[in-house]
Amino acid sequence: MRRFLLLLAMLLLTTVAARAVEPAERLADPALESRARAIGSQLRCLVCQNESIDESGADLAHDIRMFVRERLTAGNTNAAVIQAVVDRYGAFVLLKPPVEPATYVLWYGPPALLAIGLLGTLVWLKRRQSAPAETTPLSADETRRLDGLIRGNDA
Amino acid sequence: MITELGHFALILALFVAAIQSTVPMIGAARRHVGWMAVGRSCALTGFALTALAMLSLMHAYVTSDFTVINVIENSHTDKPLLYKITGVWGNHEGSMLLWVFMLSLCAAAVALFSDNLPPALRARVLAVQGMIAVGFLLFILLTSNPFLRTFPAAANGNGLNPVLQDPGLAFHPPFLYLGYVGFSVAFAFAVAALIEGRVDAAWARWVRPWTLASWCALTIGIAMGSWWAYYTLGWGGWWFWDPVENASFMPWLVGTALIHSSIVVEKRDTLKSWTILLAIVTFSLSLVGTFLVRSGVLTSVHAFATDPERGTFILLLLVAAIGGSLTLYAIRAPSLKGGGLFAPISREGALVLNNVLLSCGCATVFLGTLYPLFLDAMGGPKLSVGFPFFNRTFAPMMVPMIIAVGIGPMLAWKRGDLLGALQRLWVAYIATALVLLAMFYLTYGGPVLAVLGLGLAAWLGSAVLTEVAERVRLFRVPLGDSLRRAIRLPRSAYGMSFAHFGLAVSVAGFAASAWDKEAIEILKPGGTIAIAGYELTLDSVTRIPGPNFVADDAAIRVTRDGQLVKVMHPERRFFPLQKQTTSETSIRTNFLTDLYVALGESDTQGDWTVRVYWKPLVPWIWIGCVIMAFGGVVSLSDRRWRVGAAARSVRRAMAEPAPAAGE
Repeated sequence: MRRFLLLLAMLLLTTVAARAVEPAERLADPALESRARAIGSQLRCLVCQNESIDESGADLAHDIRMFVRERLTAGNTNAAVIQAVVDRYGAFVLLKPPVEPATYVLWYGPPALLAIGLLGTLVWLKRRQSAPAETTPLSADETRRLDGLIRGNDA
Repeated sequence: MITELGHFALILALFVAAIQSTVPMIGAARRHVGWMAVGRSCALTGFALTALAMLSLMHAYVTSDFTVINVIENSHTDKPLLYKITGVWGNHEGSMLLWVFMLSLCAAAVALFSDNLPPALRARVLAVQGMIAVGFLLFILLTSNPFLRTFPAAANGNGLNPVLQDPGLAFHPPFLYLGYVGFSVAFAFAVAALIEGRVDAAWARWVRPWTLASWCALTIGIAMGSWWAYYTLGWGGWWFWDPVENASFMPWLVGTALIHSSIVVEKRDTLKSWTILLAIVTFSLSLVGTFLVRSGVLTSVHAFATDPERGTFILLLLVAAIGGSLTLYAIRAPSLKGGGLFAPISREGALVLNNVLLSCGCATVFLGTLYPLFLDAMGGPKLSVGFPFFNRTFAPMMVPMIIAVGIGPMLAWKRGDLLGALQRLWVAYIATALVLLAMFYLTYGGPVLAVLGLGLAAWLGSAVLTEVAERVRLFRVPLGDSLRRAIRLPRSAYGMSFAHFGLAVSVAGFAASAWDKEAIEILKPGGTIAIAGYELTLDSVTRIPGPNFVADDAAIRVTRDGQLVKVMHPERRFFPLQKQTTSETSIRTNFLTDLYVALGESDTQGDWTVRVYWKPLVPWIWIGCVIMAFGGVVSLSDRRWRVGAAARSVRRAMAEPAPAAGE
């Protein structure tokens, strides 16, 4: 099992596709099928690394694709289909994590960081501009040497 | 016997690294020339020893020595020679050995090409590299030893995962690791500078070539991995925001920031402590990346617990390297005073903006990669963070950056003239507007964001060309004068232009993927698929034997307006040993669009699933990466790295009395 996990992690992607979205799965109604594809691209194949169910060749992805199409044929809206998949497999199935208290840091972290970064930089630049040019004081060694130079004999 | 030789060489390398990490450091503190010189001989010996270890493991693989556990687990007699050799790093133990080998290669390179370095700085840099080597050698020898034997010998090996048996992936790890490990040089320089308490233009000048070289290798490594995913996976995806990819992308982002900020240190003697921090963070992320991929923690936090020995060691190493260097930074950085002042609108200002955006971008990727793990470890809900997250957070940060990349190089140092720069870019506005109008017209009703993305690429590409034209004063002075100016331009200027232009080319490739077309059909021999003006006919499918697989090879005739374009041969390969099937896609490119054909499964009636994709501009993604890396190489060849100011500053440093040795 451990080796298997390592291999999983080692590969960029685990499954060998060329099986994703089988023609046999397709719905006859093109409008419904394109809705199924739009939903499928947002759902994660649970056993792969960040592949959507439309891209994955895993059996589980096939099952979810069929489930999505069943629901669509039954007349559910896109949102209802996605909710049904989430009810079945958990929020893990969503490639786009939901915005909820547990993910506030995830969603609002990046823009907050950017704002802090840009503001901080501006403040830093302004402060540097107004502050008198900083100079590094000479080290004891350098002072001694400079004194020597002034007196005319190089240290 | 040779395996034991390698094993002993690796143990010896550990002892040599232990000496390398201590003696030169003490020597530098006590100004003892002999002790300082030990660093160089240790680095060279360490390189010879790890090379020996690497070669003996390769020997075990090539000769299929099935008394070595690592070979049994990852090789097979029927495997082609290329994959016997590259299989060495296709597994955890071997890849860690490759890592250490690359590390010793870098240390040896520093030892050899650092004649112009003050001896104390060189000794400290090599000592820091020795410390990293000690950590990794201990890790290999104690928890991940590739040289362990078993008796009696196994009859044959388990073979290598068929997906890894591919030329693109065979050379992907060495480039990636060269990039990761190359940043250890910048890290070592940063730590050495913190110990000395001195960062100046000369320091930046020494660090920059190493950073550039690592960055080039990492760029190529990432591009190779993405290209491999593209042609292997059977539907033409090239980036998934998958944690393993992100692990290599994060050091690339911060490394790019580091290249730019060290320019400011070199030219203007400011941003010092920030640059030091970036050097530390870049290598820390390389370490985190290596371990994220190698520890299995990504697949599940619990994988970490199933292998507590490796997991604990990894954590300790990370804490020691990252924690140690950051503590040192906290203590020493406040004493690094920035020198040159500059206005917010200036070349420095533009480079600072680049740094802010790249660092925030990296933090975003970091958050997206590790937040689900963190939440899981905290007992929170299990989450996936996929492309929709990164498209909404990371991409918007990169848009202003790409716009700024076009303007930044036009600004003067210290105080720039933004209005003037914007005026001089009029050609770029026209080019961008033309591209936008043409694309809106051609793809009316299609994805708007893709058109804007292409406009962004057009902006950057034309801004880069305008900048070069400005430099040589094209059409302002006689053509001959422009030519003379062009010849005299420093290589680093060309390097920058190439790298920025490469980015533009890649951006065009990213954006155009929104116009992909696909056609997936079940075909009997003789059946056809039409896509983007092409007609594809499945002529036949034949079974061909391969070295360690059997292939179903399809002959698919591609015609356009009745004219034969090409006969394409996608394959499905079955590897009996692993009972695994891989898809060998067939791609026809004219460097503007790819026609991508993959053979799917067949049913009992001899029907085949055929997937065809038409992908505009997709080759530009990797062409752009190659141009970027080429830009880095051109910049590396700049003569000022070899002669001139660097040597002068050494003379100056040597003429000065040594700074107080109390640190």
